[in-house]
Amino acid sequence: MHEASLAGGVLQLVEDTAVREGFSRLLSLRLEAGQLAGVDVRALRFALESLAPGTVLEGAEIQIEEPPGQAWCMGCAQTVSIAQRGDACPSCGSYQLQPTGGMELRVIDMQVSDD
Amino acid sequence: MCVVCGCSGNSPAHARHVQTHAGEAGVVQVNPGNGDLHFGAGAARVSVPGMSQARAIKLETDILGANNRVAQQNRAHFEAHGVTALNLVSSPGSGKTTLLCATIEALKKHAPGLRVAVIEGDQQTSFDADRIRATGAPAIQVNTGKGCHLDAPMVSEAFAQLHSHDHHSHDHHHGNHDDGHSLLFIENVGNLVCPAVWDLGEAAKVAILSVTEGEDKPLKYPDMFAAAQLMILNKTDLLPHVKFDVARCIALARRVNPTIEILQLSATTGEGMDAWLHWLDHAMGAHHHHHDEPVSEEAALRQRVQQLEAELAQAQAALTTRSAA
Repeated sequence: MHEASLAGGVLQLVEDTAVREGFSRLLSLRLEAGQLAGVDVRALRFALESLAPGTVLEGAEIQIEEPPGQAWCMGCAQTVSIAQRGDACPSCGSYQLQPTGGMELRVIDMQVSDD
Repeated sequence: MCVVCGCSGNSPAHARHVQTHAGEAGVVQVNPGNGDLHFGAGAARVSVPGMSQARAIKLETDILGANNRVAQQNRAHFEAHGVTALNLVSSPGSGKTTLLCATIEALKKHAPGLRVAVIEGDQQTSFDADRIRATGAPAIQVNTGKGCHLDAPMVSEAFAQLHSHDHHSHDHHHGNHDDGHSLLFIENVGNLVCPAVWDLGEAAKVAILSVTEGEDKPLKYPDMFAAAQLMILNKTDLLPHVKFDVARCIALARRVNPTIEILQLSATTGEGMDAWLHWLDHAMGAHHHHHDEPVSEEAALRQRVQQLEAELAQAQAALTTRSAA
């Protein structure tokens, strides 16, 4: 359940931004957790919801985007889609794949109110 | 564990961010209501069209950024002290501590004078640190409490503890130090999932898998084996007694990580330990002489060159087609 620690990291980022930007209320928060980032998105959402009460996250809408896993296939010399590490290349069946996308784990942006 | 950053809850770093939370309570007012927007509650008491009080803030910030910054500090710190740090990861019971004890004993003969220290991560007890200390090597136990992994701030504080409790080698290092090299083993919490995500500032992650576990573990826990530079197959002395297909295990590990290095050994009988000691020599050499990059890094670079050449060929082909049309 490292998602709980990650949710703590998200809260810290939002709190730091609140101090820097001086907003009073968080309306929505957009995150990115790639398919190959080693994160269970449902667990991350659960952790954020558990953490929210009494913090700046309370009442905010949380969107978690899941960029698809992508890898460079050595055999096909092209970028292919994979759902998880250890998957075969969907076009040639080889495992000589180098993940190139879907490893993101970021806070993208947020909508805030100054009221 | 503190859920804010995963630090140990009684650390100085924790005291700092607890203060921060308390300080922010006055600045950040959380509306406990239903989420309705109430324009005009600002200082002007009026909503001006075109001057919306709701605004967007672009962050694009790595969620693990705070940990990774401390990990980079650790890495620089290790470098400055001539320390090669290895992050040992595995499921519970793979024999990490037994391997470490055997390694420390073997290094006494293989590399006399080499300083070896250990940071032991477990949820509870100091059993493992006690076993390491019995070999004569300094060890610091980090109990994570409810935490499932070590993080960079924990390692930073444990490393500071190692130094303050190891006066001899500390003075030695800053006084008339020898070649200054030392090894730091960081034995992570037994867990094949979470530690994959946390950079501690190590030179490499070493995944240990014992033959009493399933040979399909690399595929079941791909993130860990993808993050590791070396996989050690431990307890090979038990191979005659268990159903474990070594070739299949290696194939599955290479499937998730084509450049992973693999060693087979038994910490109990000592079989295969020489290759491991040699790997450690190389890790220390590569770490301290930057022209001598680790083999797997070279392999990764070669693959990258292949990729780029392939992309170049494609782009050139596309260009040719376009100019012909």
